Amino acid sequence: MLALAAAACGSSPSSSGTSHGPITIGVSVSLSGDFSGDGLATKQGYETWAAYQNAHGGILGRKIQIDFLSDGSSPTQVVTNYQKLITVNHVNFVMGPYSTLLTKPSSVIANRYGYVMIEGIGGGPSVFQQGLHNVFDVSASAKYQLITFAKWLVATHKPEDVAYASMTDPFLQPMLDGARAYLSAHGFTSVVYKLYPLETTDYTPIASAIAASKAPVVVLGTMPPDGYAFIQDFIQDKYNPKVLIEASGPDQGTAFVKAVGANNTGGIMVPNTWYPGSTFYQNSAMVALYLKMFGGTANDISADVAEAFSAGQVLTQAVDHLKSTSNSALEHYLHSNVTFQTVQGPVKFLPDGENEAATPFVFQWQKGTLVDVLPAGAGHPVPILAVKPVWGAGG
Amino acid sequence: MLVLQAIIDGILVGGFYALMAGGLTLVFGVMEIVNFAQGIMVVLGAYLSYALFSHLSIDPFLSLVITMPGMFLIGVAVYWSMIKPIKQDRVIMSLLVMFAVGTIAEGILDLVFTSNLVQISTPYVNNSFTIGSLIFPDIYVYAFLMSVVLLAGVYYLLYRTRFGRSLRASMQNPTAARLVGINTDWVSAYTLGIGVAMAAAGGMVFGLTNSFDAASSYDLISRLLAIVIFGGFGSLSGALIASVLMLVIQDVVAVVWSPTWGQTTFYVILILILLVRPQGLLGRKAVRAQ
Repeated sequence: MLALAAAACGSSPSSSGTSHGPITIGVSVSLSGDFSGDGLATKQGYETWAAYQNAHGGILGRKIQIDFLSDGSSPTQVVTNYQKLITVNHVNFVMGPYSTLLTKPSSVIANRYGYVMIEGIGGGPSVFQQGLHNVFDVSASAKYQLITFAKWLVATHKPEDVAYASMTDPFLQPMLDGARAYLSAHGFTSVVYKLYPLETTDYTPIASAIAASKAPVVVLGTMPPDGYAFIQDFIQDKYNPKVLIEASGPDQGTAFVKAVGANNTGGIMVPNTWYPGSTFYQNSAMVALYLKMFGGTANDISADVAEAFSAGQVLTQAVDHLKSTSNSALEHYLHSNVTFQTVQGPVKFLPDGENEAATPFVFQWQKGTLVDVLPAGAGHPVPILAVKPVWGAGG
Repeated sequence: MLVLQAIIDGILVGGFYALMAGGLTLVFGVMEIVNFAQGIMVVLGAYLSYALFSHLSIDPFLSLVITMPGMFLIGVAVYWSMIKPIKQDRVIMSLLVMFAVGTIAEGILDLVFTSNLVQISTPYVNNSFTIGSLIFPDIYVYAFLMSVVLLAGVYYLLYRTRFGRSLRASMQNPTAARLVGINTDWVSAYTLGIGVAMAAAGGMVFGLTNSFDAASSYDLISRLLAIVIFGGFGSLSGALIASVLMLVIQDVVAVVWSPTWGQTTFYVILILILLVRPQGLLGRKAVRAQ
């Protein structure tokens, strides 16, 4: 009741395009808890976008100011945060948090108050199955993340045994299931299918089960900690799959190399929606500004940064076109089959908010570098290593 | 054969979980404090070994010569600065204090090491040997042996030394212990120090076998508490048995059924045992009788 009263008293989405104050954006980020690493990268992505845009005139000539609240990776806290951002801070717009787990409840809150939620890191099917019209994902949705890989496997390999394992995560599991459904439909046999909870810290029994299957192809729905652990366990088990792809982990640059050893990286693949050398819209500017703001090397930049930056780019283009900060006008415009340009490539929204224009890439470690290998014919991919070198052989 | 491999994996991994949980149960046994900071202390131990290996190339096992005394002192300092000053409702207040210690430590670790995942990557971490078709990862074998040695050392300290007698007297009856001249404050301080030092050893192994950041402590503390409750608060041998049982149950269920049900199965068994033995497998009464 209080929340409704607050909404009635002035927290309704702003439509003022003539104010001279900053445009305020509310975001909940996970700065502690399970998602703290990705949460920080997400925050940096939004900060990089705001800094870039402010250096180029802001939005509608107004500076961008982002209000960050930390949610501790908690689905409960993230709800509280977005309610506060909307009803107390009266931000003009809200943008998505990290993960499907947090985006789902957040988008409900945004919808309740008539706010659009543009996000780049919440592409699990459960987000789009809520029947909401206010949520827009600028990245490739989960079920299609591994489709480029699956199509390559079908095109270049005769049907083989495949071992699957995934964290029971609303993004990772659909990602794995999408690939499994496609491969099974094309004659590939699923010999191991293991799901494990987020709290798992001992992956040895799952790795042993996969190793015992001797499957030549392994597809894993991992976050970085389990992604590293599986590789370590496979090496201990002296198990060398011909093809190994992990949802996340190999994309973590030097952290991945340090964790698994440089000589063990060769041939390992990871899907992604972005890479530092991409020639997509404003990418080189984003990379340069990120390095100036946060240091490191281009290979250290997480895809989370690009995903958050992309969400900001779509908001910029839409609001600049509308010349209004009205959330209802924004929602209507985003649903009008317009194509936007981002550092991840083009974005065009389906009615449920998924990005139908997204083309997931596949990257592979070769000679100590993570290179773009698929899809062939897009950009400048390097020829793919069809068979992963044995452990310790480099790349 | 896969089940046998899972049993071996469970026993080996359970060994170093016992080390981490041993400190927790020891502190409870003496001070009746549930050290909620034990998870972050494990992570601190992992970070210290990581830093010594990364910057000074000190082998993680060798680094324990530095990190265990260092963390022993941290435990003693925490007792004198934060636990000792509590004048009333000590058991309850100390819960909050240790929770606060954990939160502060997490913030500091995030600040110093950032929230990026790290792992201690020694050349031998990927090595293994086989007996028949069973695989024994070197690192888990080393860790298991180290855990056995350290737990045996703590056991010797408790049951074969004057300090151990003082400590057990403090566990059984603090007032009577004070009356016979035992300085229970120092016993408590040393106990917290030993508990935290054991976390340093467990943390080193955790850092070798898992990538981690400060947030890793949350998953750890929930598991460690389950182990301590299962084994019986205050019982070192109970912690060892519970650790091994927990890991074996989870690993076997993971290979024959599903990893998702591994933890669930363990907790169902835990509840059933607590219904029969509320004090856990080797609860405090059994310990005091030793």
